[in-house]
Amino acid sequence: MTEVAQTSIRSGENLKVTRSRRNVLWSGIGALVVLVVLFGFPYYVGPGTTGIMVQGLIVLTLASMWNLLAGYAGLVSVGQQAFLGLGAYFVLIPAMHGVTPWAGLFIAAIAAGVIAIPLWWLVARLRLGYFAIATWVLAEVVMLVIEQISSVGGGTGMPLPGLSGMDPAVLTAYTYWAALIVAVLAIGGVYLLLRSKVGLVLTAIRDDERAARSSGVRVGLARMGVFVAAAVGCGAAGGVLAIEQLQVVPGTSGGVFSVQWTAEMAFAVIIGGIGTIEGPILGTIVYMVLQQALQSYNAWYLIVLGIVAIVIALFARRGLWGTLDERFNLRLFPVGYYLWSPTERRSRRRTPTHAAP
Amino acid sequence: MQWVNAIIQGLLTGGLYALFACGLSLMFGVMKVVNLAHGDLATVAGYIGVGIIAITHMPVLWSIPVVVLLMAVLGYILQRSVIQSAITRGELTTLIVTFGLSIIIENGLQQFFTANSRGLGVGDSFITASFSIGSQITIAWFNLAVFVLAVVVLLGLQQFMSVTRYGRLIRAVADDREAAQLSGADYRHVFGIAAAIAFGTVAIAGMCDGMITTISPTIGTDTILLFAFASVVIGGLGSLWGTLLGGVILGVAQAIGAQINPSWEQLAGYAVFLLVLVLRPQGLISQGAPA
Repeated sequence: MTEVAQTSIRSGENLKVTRSRRNVLWSGIGALVVLVVLFGFPYYVGPGTTGIMVQGLIVLTLASMWNLLAGYAGLVSVGQQAFLGLGAYFVLIPAMHGVTPWAGLFIAAIAAGVIAIPLWWLVARLRLGYFAIATWVLAEVVMLVIEQISSVGGGTGMPLPGLSGMDPAVLTAYTYWAALIVAVLAIGGVYLLLRSKVGLVLTAIRDDERAARSSGVRVGLARMGVFVAAAVGCGAAGGVLAIEQLQVVPGTSGGVFSVQWTAEMAFAVIIGGIGTIEGPILGTIVYMVLQQALQSYNAWYLIVLGIVAIVIALFARRGLWGTLDERFNLRLFPVGYYLWSPTERRSRRRTPTHAAP
Repeated sequence: MQWVNAIIQGLLTGGLYALFACGLSLMFGVMKVVNLAHGDLATVAGYIGVGIIAITHMPVLWSIPVVVLLMAVLGYILQRSVIQSAITRGELTTLIVTFGLSIIIENGLQQFFTANSRGLGVGDSFITASFSIGSQITIAWFNLAVFVLAVVVLLGLQQFMSVTRYGRLIRAVADDREAAQLSGADYRHVFGIAAAIAFGTVAIAGMCDGMITTISPTIGTDTILLFAFASVVIGGLGSLWGTLLGGVILGVAQAIGAQINPSWEQLAGYAVFLLVLVLRPQGLISQGAPA
């Protein structure tokens, strides 16, 4: 506090506040190039690689949502598989009535968000550990209820109709584009949300909930907004999953309601760096590399991923991206502010927006 | 009459659920740790029992104290190493570490023991022995014994907490860690003791579950952790006898649900859980505010 005051007296009008320490133009152009390259993928790689990319993009979307929940709103949910599963079913159900699954993705996202509202009301009062298990129970309840409905396949699931006429290669490409659009919208959405007033509110809550509350911040409303937004993202990802697998299978082991989905998204976030937008991207890459390298050893990738996540949670709390950022001031998605004066170019002073969660 | 039977069976199952729940409640009460690997530790205990019996051919009942001892030692070591370093780094880290342990244990067990379910003491006559009241009600002696065991464990815990030196230390550390430390108590050691006790109860629960039904790698989260949590919430957070009340209510609700429609067993239990969560979030036996 005093430091800032002194600086402003010393350098007067020369103080500058920017979103980034580097030229934003270049990272903007970089992001655009990456996007163009990613969109062109189906044209120059085989459907096998594209298929793997789809899985990666689904995990990326989920990880971004989990990061928003746990990293920015302090909501450690272990029940996000509920919304993934609901998303899958809300692509399946319209498809059974003739709606194309591509349009079903929108229905899935909205339906998951709508259902999240009453579910939030059930767990809103709980904090941290109890919130975590309560969301897990909710996911279980959602699954048990859906398994009662025999018209959507009950406990065994159903194949997804509506896409059987498509050429497999074209279908893979379309699925990839859908997954990519969902992932880009998810990350872009999180970015814009955090740059908006909501981001400021969330930062205030994270730094000092009581102070935020007493300053008139509507803490409950902000948390609910994040919970619903994350449900929308996970619902869309679940819709993509249904299209990718061409079927919807419930069940806790291997199905859409498996807690392993939440494990994957949470571990990717922790490994990549919680509380940064870049973290989930880096974490998903680590996840994909591990999964591909160990794919012939069944669930070993998940065991290794869990071990890596525990080690990082204990010894490098800010994750891979956080560690890089500490050294190089990297920031592809600037959501905070840097305070600096031109005379002190090497000043590392930051607003609390950048503090580790 | 079959309703009475369902309620009695549910009541007895509640004893098992109380055994699931009391370790979870204890660890939260003392070190504020919500152990997401709680259920999987019960599964681990069951598999240790399977292994010990396969190697030494000892009777299943004799293997229980051995497993309890092993799990208590494991609890102390795990608490003093991984869980303690997680606690010092904050609640998010604790959740991630215990969630990581849960996923590692569950998938590890699947790799080593396959997804097949196993029973403990299969074929032992004392597990299947039962007595009848009238023509409709049949009670398995062993289920009754587990219920009595649950009551004994809870009574023992209560006595331990209020009478022994370590019990008082645990309560002191749970109440005010700094003050206890100033008085010369090493809170890390006390946490280790509490974890050892919690893991011991988990071991009893895992072995009993393996004998009443079967164990498989996934039951740790699918049933044990979630049922334990539901029992804790229904009964009241931080209340020892609340876990028994919560377990019994959950068990009876499941039994009644199953009586109406076999596939409603779990849903009925969770319905009661959600009802309590909404109407009385502090639980039926309230001790302070909800967490």
